[in-house]
Amino acid sequence: MIAVGEQAPDFTLRNQDGEKVSLSDYRGRKVMLVFYPGDFSPVCGDQLSIYQEVKPEIAEKGVELVGVSVDSFFAHKAFREKLGVDTTLLSDFEPKGEVARAYGSYLDAPLGFANRTLVLVDEDGVVAWTYESPNPGEFPGANVIFDALA
Amino acid sequence: MQTLTSAPIPPVGPEDHLCGEGEEGLIVYADLGCPHCAAEWGKLRERPGRLVFRHFPVASTHPRSPALHAAAEAAGRQGCFFEMVDSLYADRGRVDDPHLWERVERLGLDLRRFEADRRDEEVEARVKRDFRSGIRGGVAGTPAVFDACTLVAVREREF
Repeated sequence: MIAVGEQAPDFTLRNQDGEKVSLSDYRGRKVMLVFYPGDFSPVCGDQLSIYQEVKPEIAEKGVELVGVSVDSFFAHKAFREKLGVDTTLLSDFEPKGEVARAYGSYLDAPLGFANRTLVLVDEDGVVAWTYESPNPGEFPGANVIFDALA
Repeated sequence: MQTLTSAPIPPVGPEDHLCGEGEEGLIVYADLGCPHCAAEWGKLRERPGRLVFRHFPVASTHPRSPALHAAAEAAGRQGCFFEMVDSLYADRGRVDDPHLWERVERLGLDLRRFEADRRDEEVEARVKRDFRSGIRGGVAGTPAVFDACTLVAVREREF
């Protein structure tokens, strides 16, 4: 897992609309990277849905949530529509999981996806806080995010 | 705005919706639009002991949930909270306004009062208070069942 105080590795991935998004685009703002296993899994759906419910309060703290998984951007688009969420979802699709690996979040075969991990990147692009779930079946409640931002 | 940092869920208080008997029992955070909650609700109701219902509507995924929770609160003001909850979970395909009015009639409630109450700001605030206490308590999916303020059961999911 990437360490607090390290420079967050920059990346460029496609969002749910196929547009390229780089971490450096967020420079000057705080961003919470939400690595999760995969679109349409039950826990991932609950996680993003519950975060959506408190998104205004997270935004009030000056933080934008950005989801990252190994799914294609087409899947991201469909997943967002199914859940009714508007969080930006980035596609760590090819090379598969490269960004998750750079952050130390990737779970190797037979799983082959990111663990449920939160990484708060500050205005200067430095890792300010991290959280890694004990297993991909558990996700940090939204309270954990607010604890980090308190 | 009140913080959403971690905190134990509140102990059972006078504002809570309680059914069953006894001083011991479970607290469930549930979403009235959630199919998993509907599937578990019957078992929770049949279980001996006290059961406390707390609102946890996840509106993004279940857009009708806020209206259903408000309807349950409004029915509760006329003494039929759990009757409304039971009915909503029992017939999830009929949750539009005319279906709510049918329930109100069937339960013998005052429709005009129900309509005013379910739009009352205090009802909305009441639902939000429960939701926020669930967030602070780490609710990560519904139904979330607590025993003595300790989370004891969540829906089983691999990932």
